[in-house]
Amino acid sequence: MAASTLERPLAARPSTWFVWAGMTAFGVFLLGILVAVVVDSFGRQWFDTWLPDGFTTERYVAAWDRFDLGEVVGVTVGVAVLVVVISVLVGVPAAYALARRDFPGKRAVMLLFLLPVLMPPVTYGIPLATVMYSFGLGRTLTAVVLVNLVPSVPFVILTMTPFIEQINPAIESAARMCGARTRQVFTRILAPLLVPGILAAAILVLVRTVGLFELTFLVSGPGSDTLVVAIYRGMTAAGGGEARQLISAMSVIYTATMLAMLVVALRFVNPTQLVAQVKETRDD
Amino acid sequence: MSDFESLELRGVGRRFGGVDALAGLDLTIRAGEFVALLGPSGCGKSTALNCLAGLLPLTHGEIRLDGRRIDTLPPERRGFGMVFQSYALFPHLSVAKNVAFGLQMRGVPRAEIDARVRAAIDLVKLGEHAKKLPGQLSGGQQQRVAIARAVVLEPSLVLMDEPLSNLDAKLRLDMRTEIRRLHQSLGLTTIYVTHDQEEALSLADRLVVMREGRVQQVGTPDELYESPASWYVADFMGYRNILPATVVSASGGEAVVELPRVGSAGDGGVRLIGRAVGGLGAGDRARVAVRPEDFTVTGAPRVAPASTSGGGTTGDAGSVPGSVSVVEYHGREFAVGVQAGDTMLHARATTAPDVGGAVTLTAPVDRVLVFPESLDAVVVAPREVAA
Amino acid sequence: MSAVGQRPGRATASLRHRLAERGIDPTLLLLVPGLVVAVALFVYPFSYGIGLTVQPTAAMQEQWGGGALANYVAFFRDPFVFDSVWLTMRLALPAALFNVLASVPVAMVLRHRFRGKRLLTSLLVLPITLGTVLTAQGLLIFAGRQGWINRTLLELGLVDEPLKLVNNYLGVMLSLIITGFPFAFLLISSYLSGIDPSLEQAAKTLGAGWWQRFRRIVLPLLAPGLATTFVLTFVLAFSVFPSARLVGDAMGETRVMSLMAFRAFGEQNDYTMASTIALMMGAVELIVVVAVLGLRSLLYRGTTGGKG
Repeated sequence: MAASTLERPLAARPSTWFVWAGMTAFGVFLLGILVAVVVDSFGRQWFDTWLPDGFTTERYVAAWDRFDLGEVVGVTVGVAVLVVVISVLVGVPAAYALARRDFPGKRAVMLLFLLPVLMPPVTYGIPLATVMYSFGLGRTLTAVVLVNLVPSVPFVILTMTPFIEQINPAIESAARMCGARTRQVFTRILAPLLVPGILAAAILVLVRTVGLFELTFLVSGPGSDTLVVAIYRGMTAAGGGEARQLISAMSVIYTATMLAMLVVALRFVNPTQLVAQVKETRDD
Repeated sequence: MSDFESLELRGVGRRFGGVDALAGLDLTIRAGEFVALLGPSGCGKSTALNCLAGLLPLTHGEIRLDGRRIDTLPPERRGFGMVFQSYALFPHLSVAKNVAFGLQMRGVPRAEIDARVRAAIDLVKLGEHAKKLPGQLSGGQQQRVAIARAVVLEPSLVLMDEPLSNLDAKLRLDMRTEIRRLHQSLGLTTIYVTHDQEEALSLADRLVVMREGRVQQVGTPDELYESPASWYVADFMGYRNILPATVVSASGGEAVVELPRVGSAGDGGVRLIGRAVGGLGAGDRARVAVRPEDFTVTGAPRVAPASTSGGGTTGDAGSVPGSVSVVEYHGREFAVGVQAGDTMLHARATTAPDVGGAVTLTAPVDRVLVFPESLDAVVVAPREVAA
Repeated sequence: MSAVGQRPGRATASLRHRLAERGIDPTLLLLVPGLVVAVALFVYPFSYGIGLTVQPTAAMQEQWGGGALANYVAFFRDPFVFDSVWLTMRLALPAALFNVLASVPVAMVLRHRFRGKRLLTSLLVLPITLGTVLTAQGLLIFAGRQGWINRTLLELGLVDEPLKLVNNYLGVMLSLIITGFPFAFLLISSYLSGIDPSLEQAAKTLGAGWWQRFRRIVLPLLAPGLATTFVLTFVLAFSVFPSARLVGDAMGETRVMSLMAFRAFGEQNDYTMASTIALMMGAVELIVVVAVLGLRSLLYRGTTGGKG
């Protein structure tokens, strides 16, 4: 009895059943949404029936041509990779300085990096987009990359700072006592130790950038739209059965792209580290 | 291995945020010496070590190696080895690569690196673990790797920052012997930081006792053990009974003191005679220090005042009446806690007295040390205490 | 050897040392690129945006008066715009509250080991990768008039005609829960895992029942985490835009602030009014965040036993 209560202390209570019922409802909705989109994207005609009256892959071909998805996917992946690389290059050194040094004004700097994460994207996105347009950067890839850096750089900093803090500073001292210069401390000792954290942060930035709608939408245009924005434009521009299935096809492509990037990224990082890192981050 | 004559610290200090973490440290270390910095946490001993290593900048004073000033050099160019309290092994490198790291940084040829790494790993008896990562080793093994990593560079000076404090008691004893063996067989010069007096006494040629960033006493283990310069040092050297007292009279290196809080209530306290250390005059506030093993426990209470004449150095210091409150078995002997007034006194006995029974504690006069209460006037240099 | 008690009068430290003592050394140069990005892409545009709000268009000044403050006058006087504050709060507050409160029991249950936990956890994290737009598309199909939900309900005879689950307040709420709940759940779980389980066991040995353990031990320790989670979830729900447009009633009951800002920006090309709405949005959010964090520091001072 004692052992079983330790393992499943809530098992027999009504509250537990309540939780499981809620979870089931959530799961039904989640799977329903996913499956509905996938079925719809392969459906021929689907109106007043349980399932479409036939299956085809031609929606994908149609959507691909109609929305120029080759370019859109290219833009999406390109923007995401650029944003990840830049925010890691900019964010990790800053996180190092914040983790290792106490200096006057540190709290102000932390606040500066925290604000873009706490503020609704629209609040700074609209003035930022206005600035972009006035610099003639509107609807360009440069603008899309730049606006995506605003939440990504602070995100890398906020993720990496606790990660660096938990690396014992004595290890760096030890390297110095062994005769390593600053550059060697970074390349030979710190870089290998930081790799798991950097990869985790990079994956999260990747997912966020691919999924980020508001900021990209404000400055992108034809030729610089990412997939989410293209889907949104498709949904708001057209209405009706035919278009809906094209949108569904596009949504499936979006999910597939996201999953593919995640799978590739996860080849390089242990998922448990990713989860642990997620926890680390959220704590701030 | 030590390729220098002497290392000189002159007025070394470090102020941080308006507080002296370390002040006025003067110390000359000769090649081949084993020097221990001893004190509780926050006394400045680790600060001193880090300043010496170059990991913390000095704010005052200078450090010279054979007359050449080195306190302006970055740590990587001082050529010292260091062993950290947390070991600070590189977690992503194998044992062999950890040890090889410093040699690689110095551009030593590959063949020589291999040979020296193997020799260093054998020296700390980790031959079969060379390929393992630090995370796969036990605490003691990790500490050996850290030591090998420091000594493989044949440094002019090895700095050790509480290297044994993360190990369990038995391992600590083994590693203590190991460190002393390495120090002697390699002819190292070692500076060792610890808060454990036993460790310091057993390892070091010279001890530096520190308090609040300042040196309290420097001397050989023997000097410090037999003649502590202050009650603070005495506390570290095993004088477990340190009691506030008032000097009644002082002359000829002896002092008669009154212990206000010891003894039965109402009679104004117990009087003891002890060896005066430092300048004491009648009416001064003092501290009396007695080691537990110097107290003799006798069953029958005797009448309090000892020789009012001030006895000889061989006579009794006086006697303290009390009642036994705790008896602990310590193998060959018993540790006895005696309640005297509102003070608990610690003593040793070969037979266990009854708990609650009345006893008397006595000690020889030259085993009872009387110090001025103030610690500020204490002299740094080793001093001879006049008999 | 000199006596202690007198420090050598002259400080021998160089300026570099003295700065380093205060934490200022070349390492801080590493902060520079990050600061440049923050200043160029956040601080500057933000200040620029504040400047924009007091340069209203001529049309605005004419319609609403108030001179340089015409945009603000319009914001507070125009019910079409100002009502969006209430409409946003009506969505964001209950959504955030629900997500946080529902996460607590789920995280409590999932805290213990059982078979299939990994699968369940990944299922919960899935919507984060789906994004709001795909969720909206799925909801339209799945919960629409002819979707599987209504079809099932009709077949079972539970309803006579299809329920209206999308293109209204409910649709947006569903979308906010589907995207926001996993986020809240992840956060709460990590806070919960930071609470030492031995505390609860200690309470158990002292005779506390499960409700008492939750109420007296877990909840107080979790409170700061709850507040933080609420704030972050609220921020997510507050800036809701795509779902309000796609599965909501964009001109009616889900006419949220961000929609109004986008309308001014994209459709009316009135950048100054768009900036005004955007800034007011930030201000409203700030009020809620400060209120919640203030409440948190009022209710609880101490550590969680874990980090956070």
